Amino acid sequence: MTNSIPEIEDADCIFIIGSNTSVAHPLIATRVYRAKAKGAKVIVADPRKIHVSLIADVHVRQNLGSDVALINGMMNVILSKNLHDKTFIDDRTEGFEKLEQKLKDYPPQKVAEITGVSAEDIEKIAVMFASSEKSTILYAMGITQHSHGVDNVKSLANLAMLTGKIGKPSCGVNPLRGQNNVQGACDMGGLPNVYPAYQVVTDENNRKKFEDAWQAELSPKVGFTIMEMMHGLEDGSIKGMMIMGENPMGSDPDVRHVKHALEEAEFLAVIDIFLTDTARLADVVLPGAAFAEKDGTFSNTERNVLRIRKATEPPGEARADWQIICDISTRFGLPMGYDSPEKIFEEIAQVTPSYAGLSYSRLEKGPIPWPCPSKDHPGTPILHKDRFTRGKGLFHALDYRPPEELADEEFPILLTTGRFFPHYHTGTMTRNSITLDKEMSEGYIEVHPYDAKDLGLTSGERCRVVSRRGEVITKVLVTDVVEPGTIFMSFHFMEANANILTNAALDPICKIPEYKVCAVRIEKLVEEMKDHGIRAVVNG
Amino acid sequence: MMDLNYVRTTCPYCGCGCEMLLETVDGKITRTLPSKTNLMNQGKLCIKGWNVHEFVHSRERLTKPLLKREGVLQEVSWDEALDFTASRLREIKGKYGGDSMAFLTSAKCTNEENYLFQKFCRVGFGTNNIDHCARL
Repeated sequence: MTNSIPEIEDADCIFIIGSNTSVAHPLIATRVYRAKAKGAKVIVADPRKIHVSLIADVHVRQNLGSDVALINGMMNVILSKNLHDKTFIDDRTEGFEKLEQKLKDYPPQKVAEITGVSAEDIEKIAVMFASSEKSTILYAMGITQHSHGVDNVKSLANLAMLTGKIGKPSCGVNPLRGQNNVQGACDMGGLPNVYPAYQVVTDENNRKKFEDAWQAELSPKVGFTIMEMMHGLEDGSIKGMMIMGENPMGSDPDVRHVKHALEEAEFLAVIDIFLTDTARLADVVLPGAAFAEKDGTFSNTERNVLRIRKATEPPGEARADWQIICDISTRFGLPMGYDSPEKIFEEIAQVTPSYAGLSYSRLEKGPIPWPCPSKDHPGTPILHKDRFTRGKGLFHALDYRPPEELADEEFPILLTTGRFFPHYHTGTMTRNSITLDKEMSEGYIEVHPYDAKDLGLTSGERCRVVSRRGEVITKVLVTDVVEPGTIFMSFHFMEANANILTNAALDPICKIPEYKVCAVRIEKLVEEMKDHGIRAVVNG
Repeated sequence: MMDLNYVRTTCPYCGCGCEMLLETVDGKITRTLPSKTNLMNQGKLCIKGWNVHEFVHSRERLTKPLLKREGVLQEVSWDEALDFTASRLREIKGKYGGDSMAFLTSAKCTNEENYLFQKFCRVGFGTNNIDHCARL
């Protein structure tokens, strides 16, 4: 996030797009509700009738994957009504002329045809966003998980820069990150193209710096992303894999393909706290420690670095993951002698400029947001105040591209995916929680009443959902939460996992898969199959 | 005498980063309470946060290293599991080169663990084949 979570409460206008905030980030939703109570305008752009849309001043339900067109349409209106921030554009940005030219192709009438949102609504939300003093954008995977996810994010950055709603309190472009430490895993260089603090591996100076710090020779070549690793296992360029605390057998698109890839590995090692579907495929499984059984730090979505502290011992012989890595590394021939997470953190601060001023003793007093470049620096709740990282903010003139897979005769319905409130990701933790499992012990698909009538389906019965990649049998909930022609499903339930169906089409730049749109058909089950129970059918 | 403790820590679910207190009695977590002093969650938690201690003490937790023998995962000692892992990693690096290994690090693990894991990948194998589920 460019801004901190508490600031949301003081915004005058909150634009939520592609985030089921109350389900996926309940404590951020709290701030949205408080802002609303204080008089803020709330705009929700989401194909589904989600909880937070019930309090929205305007809820627009754009067609799946039409976000770039919607945002271009908003910006077209803002320019034609002269609501853009000329001073900000002149002083802080470049590339405005190209964007201005591009936006001429996106008048509200045309955008209405692409997005299914009326020209009046496009105009209304554009004016609402641009004319409020403090407008903030909240987005999540509904924006990023598309084959044009990068374009979606750039479009939101365009909107914020065009209206000068960035680098100021209660404004900004704010991705709500879905996992407790996805921010930290990125910050620490858990990515194929960057070292800690996003220092690119292809830059010779960066490489030299880390070669000195680590006393080793490092590769100048960008590594593989997850999806490329899976392809690598299949084509033989990758022979072995180590997985720590991840479950690609549940979380990756097109699970049939993932299973095939992992089975090809000559060696697969998994460190985890439960025997996940991924761990079952491993040659060796090492029992790690849960968050409550070790010391360390997490970095949350607002870049706050927070301590976690050991409250209880790991069960049986399980041990902290950092100890396991040290043990393997040492036996591998690369001795790692860290005796505590604090020692590791001290090394992190030495090589990670944005964490340079952080230490366990400072964090003892409470979280600090990075960048925190020195020991006397208070941390940075608001990014891009005086300048952007690259200097001037660059506008990107972008065109709408449809999703990779569209509905057709054979697969006439579009599937989109997400979370349900009591569960989390592949269910490894929440389905092992008695209370949460009781709250919701099996998944279902949401089907619009029109489609349910056509297909002869009623709530509670089971049906088969089929895509080009596989099929699952799951329960039906007839509801107008979804639009006609669209169904919604989660990936919490391994026995009927949406990711058996999802499409592994990738964004060409960041390689994110298109989880949010794929084409399916629904088949009513013949009588004798109805009591068969939920099961997943993975073809091949 | 009952040993009662409250340990301040951070929720492991979504990216909000709510701080919480884990109540422990004789070393076992008995309940979760929200931190009232954290500026973000201000004494609140969601349904997942309130029940976060339940999965920690689940009977389904892995308690011993497992090694696959004749297609079946079997409990083994740490020494055996670690030696096996280290020797297979050396073999693969020796036979096919460091770029033939791939590493998936974790958005659930700590910064310290993520740092060590990518360091092990980059230094131990001379490859940048490291990623995690940031996109998933």
